[in-house]
Amino acid sequence: MWILRINMTDRSYQLEDVPKAYKLLGGRGLTSTIIHDEVPPLCHPLGPNNKLVFAPGIVTGTAAPTSARISVGAKSPLTNTIKESNAGSGWPPALAAMRIKALVVEGQREQKGKFWMLSLSWDQTEGKPKVEFLPADEYVGQDLYEVYPKLFERFGKVNIGSIGFAGESLYSNSGVAFADLAGRPSRYAGRGGLGAVMGSKGLKFIVLDRKSAPGVEIADKALFDEGRKKLTDALRTADITKPKGALNTYGTAVLINIMNEAGGLPANNFSSGRFEGAPNIAGEAIFEGNKERLGKELYNHACSPGCIIQCSNTWHKPDGTEHVSCVEYESDWALGANCGIDDLDKIAELVRLCNAYGLDTIEAGTTIAVAMEAGLAEFGDGKKAIELMHEMGKGTPLGRILGNGTDAAAHVLGVVRSPVVKGQSMPAYEPRAVKGIGITYATSTMGADHTAGYTINPEILGVSGKTDPLSPEGKAEVSRAFQAATAFITDTTGHCLFIAFAMDIESCFEGIVDEVNGVLGTHYTVDDIAKLGAEILRKERAFNEAAGLTKVHDRLPEFMKYEKLPPHNNVYDVPDEALDAVYGEL
Amino acid sequence: MKVDVKLFGTLAQSVSGPILAHYPQGIRAGSLLEVELPEDSTLADLVAHLSLPTEELKLTFVNGRPQELDYRLAPGDEVGIFSPVGGG
Repeated sequence: MWILRINMTDRSYQLEDVPKAYKLLGGRGLTSTIIHDEVPPLCHPLGPNNKLVFAPGIVTGTAAPTSARISVGAKSPLTNTIKESNAGSGWPPALAAMRIKALVVEGQREQKGKFWMLSLSWDQTEGKPKVEFLPADEYVGQDLYEVYPKLFERFGKVNIGSIGFAGESLYSNSGVAFADLAGRPSRYAGRGGLGAVMGSKGLKFIVLDRKSAPGVEIADKALFDEGRKKLTDALRTADITKPKGALNTYGTAVLINIMNEAGGLPANNFSSGRFEGAPNIAGEAIFEGNKERLGKELYNHACSPGCIIQCSNTWHKPDGTEHVSCVEYESDWALGANCGIDDLDKIAELVRLCNAYGLDTIEAGTTIAVAMEAGLAEFGDGKKAIELMHEMGKGTPLGRILGNGTDAAAHVLGVVRSPVVKGQSMPAYEPRAVKGIGITYATSTMGADHTAGYTINPEILGVSGKTDPLSPEGKAEVSRAFQAATAFITDTTGHCLFIAFAMDIESCFEGIVDEVNGVLGTHYTVDDIAKLGAEILRKERAFNEAAGLTKVHDRLPEFMKYEKLPPHNNVYDVPDEALDAVYGEL
Repeated sequence: MKVDVKLFGTLAQSVSGPILAHYPQGIRAGSLLEVELPEDSTLADLVAHLSLPTEELKLTFVNGRPQELDYRLAPGDEVGIFSPVGGG
């Protein structure tokens, strides 16, 4: 296994043996460790000293189910913290198959506005990856839906990672996009502006051709197979993850109705926990709408090879042709409920434009909602929202303001209700109605991030326990435990977070630990996982502290403490001491 | 007494019994159903009244708050019933 270092200053590279200290890491554990060890915490995120790190999970590239994920890490231009954002596609297993444990992009282009692509393929004679730099200027400034087919035509069956116009323009809202299994530019490591970090280095694409690559080494095949079987059985049995279960049928947007029912679906820029139009945009409505337009039931597809949950939907136009894949819960909410828009065709177009321009759907939606509050459009005006999205995609002065995210827009436009923590906007769960997720938003090393410690499972969904969402009691412990477990069990192993929906089946967790031990030859037990996750969190926290963040940054925005949220009319009442205890007692 | 009921996930298609006669267009996820129940009925009584398959039923809310099946309903309560759901 290698660490591949790419220097964008002189377009050179080094293929290094994986140092001993990194051998047992992968995914977020590895990206965060490399950033902690090598990136100066006070560096400018878009300057030459930041590094962009890509690391497949420990089991990514093996036959482990639902595990084809890549962690992308750097110091974030949106949050000024350490950042890890992960995505599933065919790209991560391709990198892993070439035995690259991490790809570290360093330095910076010398010529402003110049873009390159990196091409990696397997050199069978040498028995190692072949690295080439090619000019990419001809693809700059274009819609990714137009660019990807050109690359497939030029390179054949490859996997593409890229930035769009947003990343080229160094927007703080810019993701790293990966091609899905049908070649769409739709699978995003979206959060935290990592596209801008890639853009600042002058890197437009990373194209992988895995042909003849040897694949991932497995230390103990029998144990690994036992583990993947346990996990596969759990995922095929659990109601949420099984074939034709909730995710496969309705997609992630199945959460719209339940969050609305619980009074925790943020609407009209976090001014209510209920949205009247919720049933019109929910996962059930997507399923029924497709059925009407296609004349048959359509179940969802996999975003990445080897996924057995298969939760990615495709929304169709009235004439039955494809509009966009995928309308995820977060995108549906951010560009729908949070902007007061209850028209799936408008939401689908907004999602498509985010994919085309290289924007994170969550940050884009919350920014448009802030713009609506500032009077640039009425809540519910989908047409105007689409126009604002085009401003971002065209790089007009207004678009460049909006492209720098929710908090930047709120500052420029004079909006007090800016729903961000550490500069990153909140996703689709209202902290005043679901207290534990607010603790995760406040304290996560990543800024407001639901995936960092998904307490929604016990607070709303009755998975891994059941607690009262409105009560702050005991939630610091819940958030801490979820944050630590997540850092390793999904984000470092390379499994999708959604394996957590099968966690009430005991073999699920055991299966993952067996898989990891099988690949690495380790002897971890189920009890070791929280400890391994906590070590990763400590490194991230240490980086953030050295970057100047203190406990005052672990707070929700002030308006949530004095504005009562309908329908439960709650404010955010988790005491600061409880927030401080999350990492204080880690 | 009357309560307002909404069914979500797979449950909207699972309703059977006389109530269907009142909804000739069919029942969709989130459709508002006005259900007449005897006083002091519980959530479990409501589930039985709608002939919902209990094995598909996971979460119940009354007036936006999670409640268990032994919860005693009051006139005008707003009930939401869900099959297992998850996402992110």
